[in-house]
Amino acid sequence: MSNSQGTSLDERDAVLEIGTEELPARLFPELISIMAESADRLLQEERVEYSSVRAYATPRRLVLYIKEVAPLGRPLVREVRGPTYGVAFDSAGKPTRAAIGFAHAQGVDVSDLIIKEEAKGKFVYAISRVPGPEAGSALKDVFTRFIRGLSFERAMRWGDGGFRFVRPIRWLLALLGGDIIDIEINDIKGDRSTSGHRFLTSGMIEVPRAEDYFDILEEAYCVVDQDKRRSIVEKGIRELAEGVGGQVAEDERLLTELTYLAEHPAPLAGGFDPDLLTLPKEVIVTSMKVHQRFFPIEDREGALLPVFAAVRDGLDTRIDAVRKGYERVLSARLKDAKFFYEEDTKSQLETYVPGLKGIVFHEGLGTVLEKTCRIVALGEAVADRLGYHDDTKAKVKRAAQLCKADLITNMVREFPELQGVMGREYALLAGENEHTARAIFEHYLPRFRGDVLPESPAGVILALADKIDTVAGFFGIGIIPSGSEDPYALRRSISGIVSILHEREVHLPVSWLATKAVSLLETQGALTRSSKETVDDILDGLGQRARSSLIDRGIRYDLVDAAMAIGFDDVPDTYKRAEALQEASVTKEFVLACTGYTRASRLAGSIDHGAVDPSLLSEPAEKTLFDALCMAEESIRIMLREKDYSGILKALSELAEPIDVFFEDVLVMAEDENVRRNRLALLARIPSLVRAVADLGKVVEKAV
Amino acid sequence: MTFQETIQNLNSYWAKHGCVLQQPYDVEVGAGTMAPQTFLRALGPEPWRVAYVQPSRRPADGRYGDNPNRLFMHHQYQVILKPSPDDVVELYLLSLSEALGIDLVEHDIRLVEDNWESPTLGAWGTGWEVWLDGMEITQFTYFQQVGGIDAKPVSAELTYGLERLCMYLQDVDNVYDLAWSTKVSYGEIQRQFEIEHSTYGFEVADCEMLVSLFDTYEQEVKRGLARGLVLPAYDYVLKCSHVFNLLDSRGALGVSERTSLIGRVRALARGCAEQYVKVREDLGFPLAGAEEDRAYEGGTLCE
Repeated sequence: MSNSQGTSLDERDAVLEIGTEELPARLFPELISIMAESADRLLQEERVEYSSVRAYATPRRLVLYIKEVAPLGRPLVREVRGPTYGVAFDSAGKPTRAAIGFAHAQGVDVSDLIIKEEAKGKFVYAISRVPGPEAGSALKDVFTRFIRGLSFERAMRWGDGGFRFVRPIRWLLALLGGDIIDIEINDIKGDRSTSGHRFLTSGMIEVPRAEDYFDILEEAYCVVDQDKRRSIVEKGIRELAEGVGGQVAEDERLLTELTYLAEHPAPLAGGFDPDLLTLPKEVIVTSMKVHQRFFPIEDREGALLPVFAAVRDGLDTRIDAVRKGYERVLSARLKDAKFFYEEDTKSQLETYVPGLKGIVFHEGLGTVLEKTCRIVALGEAVADRLGYHDDTKAKVKRAAQLCKADLITNMVREFPELQGVMGREYALLAGENEHTARAIFEHYLPRFRGDVLPESPAGVILALADKIDTVAGFFGIGIIPSGSEDPYALRRSISGIVSILHEREVHLPVSWLATKAVSLLETQGALTRSSKETVDDILDGLGQRARSSLIDRGIRYDLVDAAMAIGFDDVPDTYKRAEALQEASVTKEFVLACTGYTRASRLAGSIDHGAVDPSLLSEPAEKTLFDALCMAEESIRIMLREKDYSGILKALSELAEPIDVFFEDVLVMAEDENVRRNRLALLARIPSLVRAVADLGKVVEKAV
Repeated sequence: MTFQETIQNLNSYWAKHGCVLQQPYDVEVGAGTMAPQTFLRALGPEPWRVAYVQPSRRPADGRYGDNPNRLFMHHQYQVILKPSPDDVVELYLLSLSEALGIDLVEHDIRLVEDNWESPTLGAWGTGWEVWLDGMEITQFTYFQQVGGIDAKPVSAELTYGLERLCMYLQDVDNVYDLAWSTKVSYGEIQRQFEIEHSTYGFEVADCEMLVSLFDTYEQEVKRGLARGLVLPAYDYVLKCSHVFNLLDSRGALGVSERTSLIGRVRALARGCAEQYVKVREDLGFPLAGAEEDRAYEGGTLCE
């Protein structure tokens, strides 16, 4: 941002602090960038001249700090077009009443009107200069619009008011240098006072000038800059871990959360009874991270040590009471977990299976035990279809039988996020095969967007079977996600199926999979809709997901449609075709070939014109095209076997020129009926070339 | 500070800040929120400040008196401030230091986001879990909707978990070791209750009977509402909810059956909420507009 006015002496910093009650840590860091972008945009719109703006946040404040605000904002030059020259001036070149009226309306002198030559003739223009706004009043608008413009998914009301914000606003500090910006939001007026750390200071603190803001808060035990807090936390826990000869496994989410859970972070270490380390690692880690926001500490080999690193909000002295409290809570949690673990392992995992009869999966879709039986049947069918041999099939079957058993265990009832993990652990303890155990865990994958995908063949098969059964069941009783309504997270299941098929390159026809899943449910008498409708809706859902996932990968939407128009039954193949199209689409030849393709298919239509008779080809251009086509067809036949879609599209692109010349030189609709039929037959072979790749007629953007 | 002193201290503190001190509600509830002192009073425009202890039954948490932390029935100390005052967080924190003697500099107090939602009550709010040195001691909520109706004004609800808080204050690791009074322990009073109710809930309760009770209670809510008797009707909503909790603890409900029963309770709770607002309106909202006279801020109401 350049300063067009004012000297550096006149420039002052400005600060807005929205003082709130404790903000949800999950808002960050996204909210910081939203704030910065919004502030930048508003400052531009209100024509404030400044050098930089940054956004900050602590648990109790959202802050904008604007550096070097000029006393006056950017002036505005306004150009308004008036009447034509002919209307504005008479033949003697004197302004007419029209010109005088226009100048008056625009607030300029008639003599200041200027004339511009345009394509449509000469026009009269009025140019007026609006001076830049005063910084104080512009900032008032910026701040007000900024606060009102922040929107939150779960905004709330408080007290008697109707104003909504993510948490109650309790004060507003708004300063330009030493001057208060008199904003008012929900009966709270902009002022110069702020509040320091909740427990380490008391009362409101005055900030004389914006430039003093950070120092005053630092003295009041509040580190406003999130980057500073983050490095305090990061460095602190790293040193604590090193101090006990261990290391902290990286966890960006936890680190960020801790950064926004303290205004004055003070890292501290604690320990727990080493006997508790006999628990599975995930159990301990979940207790620490999810429930307590502690960092587990590992040795060099990745084994847990009986210590943790935590962050308090307060002083880094007098930490004994806090440490004792932290240790006590964690120990109680782990002891609980140990009790559950011991209870659970008194019986083998398979003994829990019959209990699944007692859990209804969904009214109308039967119990989880019935679901388990469907997964077994579906898993076997998929393994068969994919051509796995008996050994894998046996593992699929065993894992399918056991995959939901851990739902009955105490541990999963207590820590639902450990479903699958406990299944795997208990399976191993019960002496199940390692692959079986792994598949039990993997069948839940992916659990959330961006989660890992199953890797083992049995895990992949069960993950697909479980998800398609869920989708088929709900769709079959008319529960289909719409808008934001998706209480059973069916979209997640659908997108899981698509990602697994794509990433793990499973060439399993989705129509077969959906039909199979629906027919199993139908046998059970569970469906309230016809199986055809259900299958169609499932395929529709899978198609939509594949489409948006391809678009997310940066593939042009029309190319995605072109690739999917010929079907998406084989998902990984569909991705490959779409990616090949995207890759080809950047060349000039491809764009040209598309044009030729479209013309050719339009002319040839869908009528069978029979075979091309080479003896009827007379013009050089059609002979050239015929030869080129024959060669291309030959090479495409080979490439199709290898699924070399890029090669096929390249071969098509190479035809661009002969096609183009053909259309230039040859009259397709020749008078001789035989010649005409022969030329149409020739053209009809162009669309057939790539019909295994895409319907290029869907490509709408022809320009490179 | 014994268990009963903790209650006494919270009582004096909140009475000083204008709360009516009420007694526990006499129908089984899963949480203090469900007692009519909260659920119904949070509805409509009438200002209201109340504090009460509410024994709360969570059959699924029963542990036969064995577990040091988990109970079939625990005690909540419930405070409602309607409308939520501007300094509500400070008032709450002051209750910790002033009434309970917790040094806020020595300890780590956090307000960690936790948006409360009760599908059974058709209610939700925004707020926090309050952590004291990593342990959750209070649920703090600004009601946004109650019984499907927008909360206007917004009530602040403070729910102290009394057992946890006292375990912390008394520095004991087992709830049964708490001193209820200087002479009698928590275990001596409550353990038999825990053992018998856990046994009953997990092993003896007759699921078929409970299902039929649910249906009966549901009908009774409808009958009550049809006669304009919203308070008796609401008692039967609470009974439905308790029966549901018992069934749930038996693991007798699947995901969808649960959803369906929850939906039925919610419909009943909504019916009561709507009728309650109407009834109060017909009565001319007796508590409305009286804040000044009653001097809620100064606390004269209770003195």
